[in-house]
Amino acid sequence: MSLHAPLTITNGRLLLADGRIETGSIRCEAGFITAIGADVQAQDGDTVHDARRSLIAPGLVDIGVFAIDKPAFHFGGVTRAALMPDQNPPLDTPARVRFAAQSGKPDFWVHPLAAATQELGGTALAEIAMMRDAGARAVCTGRRWVGDSGTMLRLLQYTGMLGMTVITHAEDGGIVGNAVATSGEMATRLGLPSAPAQAEALAIARDIALAEMAGAAIHFRNVTTAAGLDLVRGAKARGLNVTAGVSPAYFMLSNLAIGAFRTFTHLSPALRCEDDRQAVIAAVADGTIDIVASGHDPRGPEDKRLPFADSAPGMAGAETLLPLTLSLVRDGVIDMARAFDLLAANPARLLGVNAGRLEVGAEADIAVVDTERPWIVNSDKMAASAGNTPFDRQPVQGRVLALFKGGVVVRTKKTAG
Amino acid sequence: MTPPEYTYPDGALAFPHRGLVGIAGLAPHEIWFLLDEAEQWVEMNRGAQKRRELLSGLTIINAFFENSTRTLLSFEIAGKRLGADVVNMAVANSSVKKGETLIDTAMTLNAMRADAIVIRHASSGAVALIAGKVDCPVLNAGDGQHEHPTQALLDALTIRQAKRAFNGLRVTICGDILHSRVARSNILCLASLGAEVRVCAPPALMPADIEQMGVKVFHDFDAALKGADVVMMLRLQLERMEGQFIPSPREYRHLYGLTLERLEKAESNALVMHPGPMNRGIEIDSNVADLVERSMITTQVEMGVAIRMACLDVLTRKGRKQEGWA
Repeated sequence: MSLHAPLTITNGRLLLADGRIETGSIRCEAGFITAIGADVQAQDGDTVHDARRSLIAPGLVDIGVFAIDKPAFHFGGVTRAALMPDQNPPLDTPARVRFAAQSGKPDFWVHPLAAATQELGGTALAEIAMMRDAGARAVCTGRRWVGDSGTMLRLLQYTGMLGMTVITHAEDGGIVGNAVATSGEMATRLGLPSAPAQAEALAIARDIALAEMAGAAIHFRNVTTAAGLDLVRGAKARGLNVTAGVSPAYFMLSNLAIGAFRTFTHLSPALRCEDDRQAVIAAVADGTIDIVASGHDPRGPEDKRLPFADSAPGMAGAETLLPLTLSLVRDGVIDMARAFDLLAANPARLLGVNAGRLEVGAEADIAVVDTERPWIVNSDKMAASAGNTPFDRQPVQGRVLALFKGGVVVRTKKTAG
Repeated sequence: MTPPEYTYPDGALAFPHRGLVGIAGLAPHEIWFLLDEAEQWVEMNRGAQKRRELLSGLTIINAFFENSTRTLLSFEIAGKRLGADVVNMAVANSSVKKGETLIDTAMTLNAMRADAIVIRHASSGAVALIAGKVDCPVLNAGDGQHEHPTQALLDALTIRQAKRAFNGLRVTICGDILHSRVARSNILCLASLGAEVRVCAPPALMPADIEQMGVKVFHDFDAALKGADVVMMLRLQLERMEGQFIPSPREYRHLYGLTLERLEKAESNALVMHPGPMNRGIEIDSNVADLVERSMITTQVEMGVAIRMACLDVLTRKGRKQEGWA
């Protein structure tokens, strides 16, 4: 029984679960979508929101964020996020998972990712089943790769039995070492510790083999190279339960961006060459990539105002996730329905949550989006707790006008473009 | 005769840079200008009177976040011979906390009204980071594996004095190219002046795509030496020889040590150079390093003081309101 009145969002362009866009309204009661379509009317007592012909889309589901940074997520239209286990202390016990799972409610839902190994050390398995029952939606190796193949195999056998997906970082740790850039002319000129991009394909090849052996589901959080994407494509063709994600930085930027030692472009994995960037775009287009996620990791000056190699990797990405993904729609790489599959439906499916699409019975997580509205990213004025974006001063298009979590408004302020 | 690409305008346009963060971004004539400026100091340093009160009243701070003996000494002598007040802030790597401390230290030096700051730091890009935060000229005395511009300039001056021209000159740089800021600055400098630069190292010590910097890549030292006019050996850091990059020092010497026998492959009047400190018996044999006619190793040290005097002079001209530079 909800304390809130039913909600009807009228006069919008509904992005339906089958991919069609249809003018109409959507009605939510007690936190769930109860009616959707052209003939839906607001009832007496409903809270009514006029979408004014904007797109009514599912709230974004962001897999693999490092901080619960509500203002940034709400700005970006994110209603749920899967929290990386790389917290301090790490999410490797049921109590911490339970606490994290409650930490955003009611207006933002956090789905903790259970640490695969104790203290994310990569050696001893964590209490995964207990963490699952405490609210963990998937298992994650954290920022690092599990280097020991035996441990990884046993992990996948265990998660396969539990029916949980392992989300892994795909970079061979022995090759990467302390590298902060991808080997190539740029890293050589800057004199930065670098590792070959093939570290990714090596890790993916091993983990696909182990997942196949164990019969388990595996998701690569960021696949950023042509060789890595080819392996994922091949695994999918063989019917394996392999999925891949990527952050917009990898289809927007190449390693040219690290010139001048800009630490906001220090990411993990490191930015790749232009050919790899093109391969990521092609993989988003052909379906090899299932999920686009922000990897939201706000970092203040104490982590970023440093020499490049000493700075922490990561970017504040929640606010730019939607507009940068929409740039692929404008470029004709994907259509609007596929954009929201990447941003909402597919991640929701991976997490096994009843959201990410607009259909009767789903939870009423809804974003009203002006897909064309232009604005300029400004790292000094971000909603995020830190402005470490490599897209500072970049003009983008697409802005969330209103956001609803469980049929309750969390944001309607129409900020000036 | 000065080739046309080396002719530079009068006044500040000859070197319109605020500091010296790297060789990257310098035009050939700007490099040539610094070399020309250094000649007068070579001359003076060889005389009995080694001091000219050009920078008197100016404060130069040498902030070395990484251990150094010769570069620090060289900058200190250079500053003092120009009459400046030179202060050394030698910070052992271990005692300096990274992070804001670096910027805070820079701000502190800035607040003390330094007229020039010379910085060495273990991280690539650290000097550029500081240069963007302070008001005075910043000189890079080595940042991580990025650049060491004054070393490249003193090497160029050494070569110019012996060989006169750079066009068509074959320079072979051999050693740990991957971790060497000296190699990077020298590649940029020598290629910019028109020399043919060859780099030689085992694959594990060769940076990826280095040929994009305009060099020829060799793994076979004998082949790299063939026809070389200058052989520049780099110091092999012994801690890198623990089996990770190189099996052992003697194995390294077996393939890449500059012996008298190997030197025969180069031109008969080829110069031998080394930025120091040397590992005698590893990358270079003593009887090669001590060849009176060929070894430029002590000349390099001498040129180092002159080059640093030229850099300190040129970069403080604006602050000293020198005519044509203010």
